[in-house]
Amino acid sequence: MSQPILKAEGLKRHYELKGGMFSSDATVRALDGASFELTPGRTLAVVGESGCGKSTLARVVTMIEPPTEGTLTIEGRKIEPDSVAKDPDLRAKVQIVFQDPYGSLNPRQTIGKTLMEPLKINRPDVSAKEREQRARDMLQMVGLRPEHFERYPHMFSGGQRQRVAVARALMLDPKILVLDEPVSALDLSIQSQILNLLVELQDRLDLAYLFVSHDLSVVRHFCDDLLVMYLGKPVEQGPKDEVFDAPRHPYTKALLSATPQADPRRKRQRIKLQGELPSPMNVPPGCPFNPRCWKATEECRTVVPQLEGGDHRFACFHPLEPGEVPEPKTAEAV
Amino acid sequence: MALLEIRNLSVDFKTAGGKFRAVDNVDVAVDKGDLMAIVGESGSGKSVSMLAVMGLLPWTATVTADVMRFDGQDLLKMPARKRRQIIGRDISMIFQEPMSSLNPCFTVGFQIKEALKSHLGLDRKQRHARAIELLEQVGIPAPEKRLSAFPHQLSGGMSQRMMIAMALACKPKLLIADEPTTALDVTIQAQILELLTDLQKNTGMALILITHDMGVVAETVDRVAVQYAGRRVEEQNVVDLFDDPHHPYTAALLAALPERAHNRLLPTIKGVVPGQFDKIDGCVFAPRCQFADARCRAVPPKPAGKELGDALCHYPLIKGQPQNKEMSA
Ligand SMILES: Nc1ncnc2c1ncn2[C@@H]1O[C@H](COP(=O)(O)OP(=O)(O)OP(=O)(O)O)[C@@H](O)[C@H]1O
Ligand SMILES: Nc1ncnc2c1ncn2[C@@H]1O[C@H](COP(=O)(O)OP(=O)(O)O)[C@@H](O)[C@H]1O
Ligand code: SF4
Ligand code: SF4
Ligand SMILES: [Mg+2]
Ligand SMILES: [Mg+2]
Repeated sequence: MSQPILKAEGLKRHYELKGGMFSSDATVRALDGASFELTPGRTLAVVGESGCGKSTLARVVTMIEPPTEGTLTIEGRKIEPDSVAKDPDLRAKVQIVFQDPYGSLNPRQTIGKTLMEPLKINRPDVSAKEREQRARDMLQMVGLRPEHFERYPHMFSGGQRQRVAVARALMLDPKILVLDEPVSALDLSIQSQILNLLVELQDRLDLAYLFVSHDLSVVRHFCDDLLVMYLGKPVEQGPKDEVFDAPRHPYTKALLSATPQADPRRKRQRIKLQGELPSPMNVPPGCPFNPRCWKATEECRTVVPQLEGGDHRFACFHPLEPGEVPEPKTAEAV
Repeated sequence: MALLEIRNLSVDFKTAGGKFRAVDNVDVAVDKGDLMAIVGESGSGKSVSMLAVMGLLPWTATVTADVMRFDGQDLLKMPARKRRQIIGRDISMIFQEPMSSLNPCFTVGFQIKEALKSHLGLDRKQRHARAIELLEQVGIPAPEKRLSAFPHQLSGGMSQRMMIAMALACKPKLLIADEPTTALDVTIQAQILELLTDLQKNTGMALILITHDMGVVAETVDRVAVQYAGRRVEEQNVVDLFDDPHHPYTAALLAALPERAHNRLLPTIKGVVPGQFDKIDGCVFAPRCQFADARCRAVPPKPAGKELGDALCHYPLIKGQPQNKEMSA
C-alpha cells in the first residue's frame, strides 16, 4: 500500500459565539480532536448525524479554515496558517465537492468558463488555448458531451451539475478530493452514476478521497476506512469491514441498527436511542454519548473516554463484545 | 370496501411552457388499516397525487378522475364545503419540513388546540386535555410544559412529533405522510417511523407513506406503489416487490442500490427522468429501458394484470426475464 499523502493529528475547530443580552459567550466545539490519514487510491468515509462536525472537518482539511488546534501534514509538509498564501499550489492539492449541485455553480457562467477559471487564477502560465483544451478533455472525462461546454448550469440536471462540480475540482490536478455529501441530493438512479464516476476517477488518477456522508449503505459500498463522529469527536474508526461487522462503540452500533436496509425479510434489530443529539454548545460531561447510551455507568458520566486501539480504535469504557445484544430493558431493540 | 378509492387520477398544471401533466392516470386503493408506501424519484408526482386527493393544489392545477371515493362517499360530486370537512378530519397529511408547516408566531399548544377547535366541538378544558393526551401519544416528554413552546424551540424530531400530534388531533381514518423523515437523522427517523407504524397498528388508521428511500419502504410498509414520471408503474406487496419486481424500472432501481451491489461499479440506469418538454409517444421509460423495442417506443403499455403487479409494461419481468417478448418482436 502506498504512503499516506495527508496526516491529521488532533484537529480541532472551535467557534466563539458572542452572547446576546441574556446569554453569555459560548464555544461551539464543532470539531474536537480528529486524527487520521489519507492515502492515494483509498477512501476514508466520515459518518455521523447532522451537526456532528463532518463539514467542519471537510473545510479544515481543504484549508478553507485553519484548525484551532492540531496539525495537518500534506506530503510530509506541515501546514501553517500562512502556508496557503505563500504557496498557491498547496491549495490546488486538496479540492472539495459540495452536496448541493444547484448552489455550487455560478449561474451566469458557462460550464466551459467554470472549468477554465481555476486554471486562469492558479496557473497563469497556461495559455488560453491550452486552458480550453484541458477543460474540454475534463468534460469528456466526467462523462459530459462536447456541446455542454457552452451551456449554463440551469440547463443541466442535478446529476450533470454534480459531474461539472467534480470536473471543476479536478482541473488543478489535485491529489486529494474532499467529497461532502456528493450524492445526497441526487435521486437513486443518478446517485449510482456519480458513485461509479468517482470510483473510475480514483482508479485512474490515484486520488485520495475523504468522503463525508450520512448514508451508511453508500459508505459501506464506497469506502475503505471509516470514521464515526459524535458531537465533534471521533468515537470509532478503522477498516470498513471491521467497523461494520463488529462495531465496538455503542453509538456506532445504534447508528448501524437505525439505518434502514432494503431487505423486507430482514428481522429488524433496531436500537431505539432515547432522546436526541445534544447541541455542540452543550456537550455533556464525561463521554459525550452517555445521556443516550444504554451501557453508561458513573465513570462514563464523569471521565472522557479516549480513542484507543490499533487499526480499529474506539472511545468507550465498556465496548461491545462481538455478538453482544443490547439489553432490551434499557435500550429497546425493536 | 376500500377506504380510499381513486381511478384514473390525472393532474395537469398550467405553466409558462404550456400544459404539463404531473400525474397521469393513477389508481389508488387503500383499505382500512392499510400500511402502504408510494415510492419514486423526485418529480415523479408522489406529492402532487396526494395533494390532489386533499384538494390542496393551487388553482393552476386541473384535477380529473373517473372515481374518487372516501369511506363510501363520492368526493367528486360533493360540495366543496363538505369535502373540506371530511378532509382535515378523516384524512390528514404531514409534510417533509416540519419547521415550515408550524406557524412560528404561535405556541404549539395554541396550534394544536386550534386544530381541535375547527373539527371536534370540544370546550376549552377538553381541548387542553386532548392536546396533552396527543403529545403523550406521540412520545413528547413533559407535554404540559411543551404546550407553551414556540416551534423554533423544538428540534427537528420534536417538531415532526408535533406535526404528527396535530395530524392525529381529529382521529383521522387515513394519514398521508409525505417524506416525514427525509430531513431527519437516522436515529430520529427510526423513532418517527416506529411511532407512525405503532399508531397505524393501535388506532386502525390507514397510513400512506410517501418516500424515495427503498430502505424505509422495506422496513416499514406492507404494500408498495412505484411511481415514475407521473405514472404508477407497479404495485406489489413489499416482499414480492423486492424479490421479483415486474417493471423494468423497479428492477433497475433495486439493482442500483449500493447495498445490493456485487461489484465496485454499480449497475446504473442510463439517462435521466423525462422533463416537461420531452415528447414521448410510447412507454415513458423507453428512453432508459434496457428491454425497449420499437413497440415500446410507439405504443403506451397497459397494466399487465394483478398477478404481475399491474406493471405498466409490454414485457413485464418475471425473475428478471421479460415476458411475451419473442412473440411480438
Ligand atoms: N461558522 C460557524 N460558527 C458557529 N458554529 C458553527 C459554524 N460552522 C459550524 N458550526 C456548528 O458546528 C457544528 C458542526 O457543524 P458541521 O456543519 O460540521 O456539521 P455536519 O456534521 O456537516 O452536519 P450535516 O450532516 O447537517 O451537514 C454544528 O453545530 C454547527 O452549527
Ligand atoms: N404548482 C406547480 N406548478 C407546476 N408544476 C408543478 C407544481 N407542483 C408540482 N409540479 C410538478 O409536478 C411534478 C410532480 O411533483 P411532485 O408530486 O411534487 O413530485 P414528488 O414525486 O417529488 O413528490 C414535478 O415535475 C413538479 O415540478
Ligand atoms: S463510554 Fe460509557 S457512555 Fe460512552 S459509549 Fe461507552 S459505555 Fe456508553
Ligand atoms: S414497455 Fe418496453 S420500454 Fe416500457 S418498461 Fe416495458 S419493456 Fe421497458
Ligand atoms: Mg454538512
Ligand atoms: Mg414530494
